[in-house]
Amino acid sequence: MIKDFFAKKKKYASVPYRQETMPVPDGVMTKCDKCKKIHVTKDIAKNQFVCPECNKHHFIKSKDRINFLVDEGSFEEWDSNFISDNPLNFEGYEAKLESDRHKTGLNEAIITGKATIKGCSTALAVMDSEFRMGSMGSVVGEKILKAIERCIELEIPLIIFTASGGARMQEGIVSLMQMAKTSAALKTFCNSGGLFISVMTHPTTGGVSASFASLGDIIIAEPGALIGFAGRRIIEQTIREELPEDFQTAEFLLKHGHLDAVVSRLEMRDKLALILQMHQPQEVQ
Amino acid sequence: MSNLEFEKPITELKNKINELKKLAGDANIDFTSEITSLENRLTKLEDDVYSNLQPWDKVTIARLPQRPTTLDYIPLLFENFMEFHGDRLYGDDAAIVGGIATFHGMPVTVIGQQRGRDTKENIKRNFAMPHPEGYRKALRLMKQANKFKRPIITFIDTKGAYPGKAAEERGQSEAIARNLFEMAGMDVPIICIVIGEGGSGGALALGVSNRILMLENSTYSVISPEGAAALLWKDSALARKAAETMKITAKDLKELNIVDEIIPEIRGGAHNDINAQAKYMDEIISKHLFDLLSLPKEKLAQDRFNKYANIGYIKSTVIEQTKEEQHTHQ
Repeated sequence: MIKDFFAKKKKYASVPYRQETMPVPDGVMTKCDKCKKIHVTKDIAKNQFVCPECNKHHFIKSKDRINFLVDEGSFEEWDSNFISDNPLNFEGYEAKLESDRHKTGLNEAIITGKATIKGCSTALAVMDSEFRMGSMGSVVGEKILKAIERCIELEIPLIIFTASGGARMQEGIVSLMQMAKTSAALKTFCNSGGLFISVMTHPTTGGVSASFASLGDIIIAEPGALIGFAGRRIIEQTIREELPEDFQTAEFLLKHGHLDAVVSRLEMRDKLALILQMHQPQEVQ
Repeated sequence: MSNLEFEKPITELKNKINELKKLAGDANIDFTSEITSLENRLTKLEDDVYSNLQPWDKVTIARLPQRPTTLDYIPLLFENFMEFHGDRLYGDDAAIVGGIATFHGMPVTVIGQQRGRDTKENIKRNFAMPHPEGYRKALRLMKQANKFKRPIITFIDTKGAYPGKAAEERGQSEAIARNLFEMAGMDVPIICIVIGEGGSGGALALGVSNRILMLENSTYSVISPEGAAALLWKDSALARKAAETMKITAKDLKELNIVDEIIPEIRGGAHNDINAQAKYMDEIISKHLFDLLSLPKEKLAQDRFNKYANIGYIKSTVIEQTKEEQHTHQ
């Protein structure tokens, strides 16, 4: 009994130390960096990493997101073995990839595959900002291309969840060209009549925002997600004025006509299922 | 003569020769043999300098204020150019110019980013950094070209899309993405020529083409060398190193199989003789254009798609494992 008491106290004390850098650490308790309320970590995790108090959408791992989203056991992953080469022979790139593979348990910054959501078949691609900040290099581009090719073949829709800082610097021009590659593939998909739903999550910026993320037939974003082309600091330096607080948030984009809807993570499965159902092949009467 | 750093030894030697010539004239002394020997040294030095330009030297050439711009090349490469303005949605962005013209008698659509040639024009042109309305004007002109079956020729010359508040409000990301998407589907030949700096998505938004050509001293990159240095090493002073590491020259991009052909430049840079430069360009553009025109119309989008679909450097872990297994078996 006494031992337990001390053990708990020790874990509790570690919380303030981590609050700034990691909103959802592995600790027992978690302090939300927005409302500053302390929650039992398990409760936040059960709530899809959305703060029950203030609705702040915290980071969620790509695998957790898939689990919350799809019908249980329906997810079948594609191309999980793709890993990036080092086209520019960039010093230290391979080691960085290796360390991120180790840290995240992922081979790259995106998971692709197919699943059902409330019985509707769909392809699903989910980016993970923990792997090289979700940046797009050869593998992200290729996995999206392959997913689109399968969507055309299987005649199923595509949903992409973006979480990315943009193009991957270490792959230079090759990563820039992935913007053209994914956009060209989406054009083919569009011509085939396929449905593409883009869901932008925090953050969706740079080369990802300026390519496939902005090309959805329907574009949805999570509340509070940072979405934009150029970085806030660069814009402030360029125009030499302070930007409004909500600049480049999902709500800001909605106001300026760039999104169809802002949807809470807690309602995402229902809303996506509804859209998918309405796009199922219909019998003409 | 420009103020390029790598040209300093050449300028110094030239000055020395001129001084000597002047002295010979003034003092009436015969320096012929000295002058000849210095002139021989100059030729050797020039050959040496210009055949060993480093990536950073090329960045400085690509950024020269006197480097020819889109509107400098248009009258030399085309006839009957008529500029068209506006995106029909918001405004007319002077950072991008476009219109119709004839190329060897054939109607074409020409579009390019446009730098200013002096400060006043640069302010008007926003230093060739487009806003969404610039990309939407370009898209309008490309759709028009597609409708009337005109080939599209684009010139890339920008540091990047403008990073500003208004640009974000009006959807800079969407404007760029839409161009990539629509350019991919065009049924007419598209040729893109990088003539100066090709900076990031803002350059690519005019660059989804059947053929990418690059002037020898132009650059094309995902980020500027200064930006890369700041981001990767937290020190923008390392731009020279970044210019090498990031592989941004025409030669690098040819080796990476991204550029189809390098257009050779006049020694020291296109600005030294734009008329001769335009002749080189005309020859290579014509070759590629007539090549593409021989393809059936329905193959053009496929040709473009294949070009980009093939760009990527991937290995699979399965192959790795097999290698390891083989290794353990040995």
